[in-house]
Amino acid sequence: MAGSSRGGLIYWLTESRNGLGLIFMLPAAVFLLCLLTYPLGLGVWLGFTDARIGREGIFVGLENYIWLFNDSVFRLSVFNTIFYTVVASVLKFGLGLWLALILNEKLPLKNFFRAIVLLPWVVPTVLSALAFWWIFDSQFSIISWVLMKWGLISAPINFLGEPWNARWSVIAANVWRGIPFVAISLLAGLQTIPQSLNEAAALDGATAWQRFRRVTLPLLTPIIAVVMTFSVLFTFTDFQLIYVLTRGGPVNATHLMATLSFQRAIPGGQLGEGAAIAVAMIPFLLAAILFSFFGLQRRRWQQGGSD
Amino acid sequence: MAGERRAEVGEEIVSEALAAARAAQAPVDDIVGMEQYNSLPRRILVTYLPLAVFVFVLLFPFYWMAITAVKPNHQLTNYTDYSPFWVVGPTLEHIRYLFLETSYPGWLWNTILVSVASTVLALAASVFAAYAIERVRFTGARVTGLLIFLAYLVPPSILFIPLAFIVFQVGIFDSRLALILTYPTFLIPFCTWLLMGYFRSIPFELEESALVDGASRWQILTKVILPLAIPGLISAGIFAFTLSWNEFIYALTFISSSENKTVPVGVLTELVRGDIYEWGALMSGALIGSLPVVILYSFFVDYYVSSMTGAVKE
Repeated sequence: MAGSSRGGLIYWLTESRNGLGLIFMLPAAVFLLCLLTYPLGLGVWLGFTDARIGREGIFVGLENYIWLFNDSVFRLSVFNTIFYTVVASVLKFGLGLWLALILNEKLPLKNFFRAIVLLPWVVPTVLSALAFWWIFDSQFSIISWVLMKWGLISAPINFLGEPWNARWSVIAANVWRGIPFVAISLLAGLQTIPQSLNEAAALDGATAWQRFRRVTLPLLTPIIAVVMTFSVLFTFTDFQLIYVLTRGGPVNATHLMATLSFQRAIPGGQLGEGAAIAVAMIPFLLAAILFSFFGLQRRRWQQGGSD
Repeated sequence: MAGERRAEVGEEIVSEALAAARAAQAPVDDIVGMEQYNSLPRRILVTYLPLAVFVFVLLFPFYWMAITAVKPNHQLTNYTDYSPFWVVGPTLEHIRYLFLETSYPGWLWNTILVSVASTVLALAASVFAAYAIERVRFTGARVTGLLIFLAYLVPPSILFIPLAFIVFQVGIFDSRLALILTYPTFLIPFCTWLLMGYFRSIPFELEESALVDGASRWQILTKVILPLAIPGLISAGIFAFTLSWNEFIYALTFISSSENKTVPVGVLTELVRGDIYEWGALMSGALIGSLPVVILYSFFVDYYVSSMTGAVKE
């Protein structure tokens, strides 16, 4: 392919498709191979070693994984991660879709609402999580204060100090941050649905619920699949919110796999064990991606076939 | 089963609707398709009220953040004498403290430096990659595009341990360079994917006519494609900047000394001391740390929303 002379090589690199493609891809490829693909492989390797900070480990086979399997904290973190992901994703989807449907109506100041609704998603997670930390304060929580003022509770709620309170609190903060992304993305999907379909269904006598269920939802399914795949992925690997709000506490009740991996690897110094926890997330992630992607994709195919 | 039933979706809707109408004899105002026929009370109940609740919940933490940032210390936790929702005699004391007595200005500077540098790096690499995948169409371009997308799905919480290992071995641990070099790992896949969509929308004919006129590939890229892709570059740049500004786990792992920290890490690790939470300073730190991305966002909100939805639609 390449010319035999030097000029031929330069010509190949600058004018042929493959040569030019190679040159143009080179910077991105070097970056991603060195700092994404290689670390991914290195992470899998570290999971099989007993590496610590500042010391290269030796191969220990499946020891880390066997140790983790018998570690009740790890098993609790797996439960927490799945619970957190499932509940938060369902809530984000439901509330996000609702908000998208509202924003799709005729509204005054529509663009303004769209812009401000996206704010929680724009602001750095750590910084908005700090606001939630303050809102969830055990003594001076504004939520407790309002509820006490209304006479609904008699003592401040210990939001982050009790295991189940803490779980629901971090889920609430995660849902708060995730709704805008889901809503705005689904809104974009809603706007691609021709109004004439809805009108035709309405003329045929379909109720609002039937129009939503039989017209809007099927047409929205492909976008829902993509959005929810992303949402599940980001929720499952969430780190920042937990790290700010609870650091995994109380008594590991909110430790996700990502936070446990960090705690074992960086402050704990057990790089090998931390890497093993991170690697243990990969099968779950693949399963989540495949489930939400193909689960919803198949329905689109069914509809495509029936059209 | 459900799939087969959807085959007769039209008939089904009609028959179901008829059955429902016959059975319930309900007022028929909710079967009208066009919004203008919805009565005002109904619109208030179904649309405005939920919208108001959504907006309130989504914005309240920011309000709380802002009001705490300017509250004098004696009002912060004294809910009996002062209404917690308002502030009497706002103060800039927390912000003054933040800027004059902590390393906050340094963290801001670090965050700006790291975000700008990694955004520039990532944009430069992504423009070429996206152009090559979308327009040069070398052998394997489709597969490369797919791999780039998959690279975007690799979460930082899986990569930070091996990356910390690498950063340590290369000898850039605890330096801003470590962040500038690692942020493009998630910026490049994202920007490339976004720019690919953008390049796809530029008509082939423009390139072809330039080629016929004797322009080289390089000239086509710099004189034809890039000027047309400026809106795409702007949105990719804003996204990349926001993503690097918001990044936390790499900055937390790779940086240990106070003078190299970024805003999110610095505020969390240095302003929280023991059991005494200085909520005023913390909230002003959070507020000021959020302002740059919010301002950027408010200027380019249309780019932002459209490219976000565009990226999702791919």
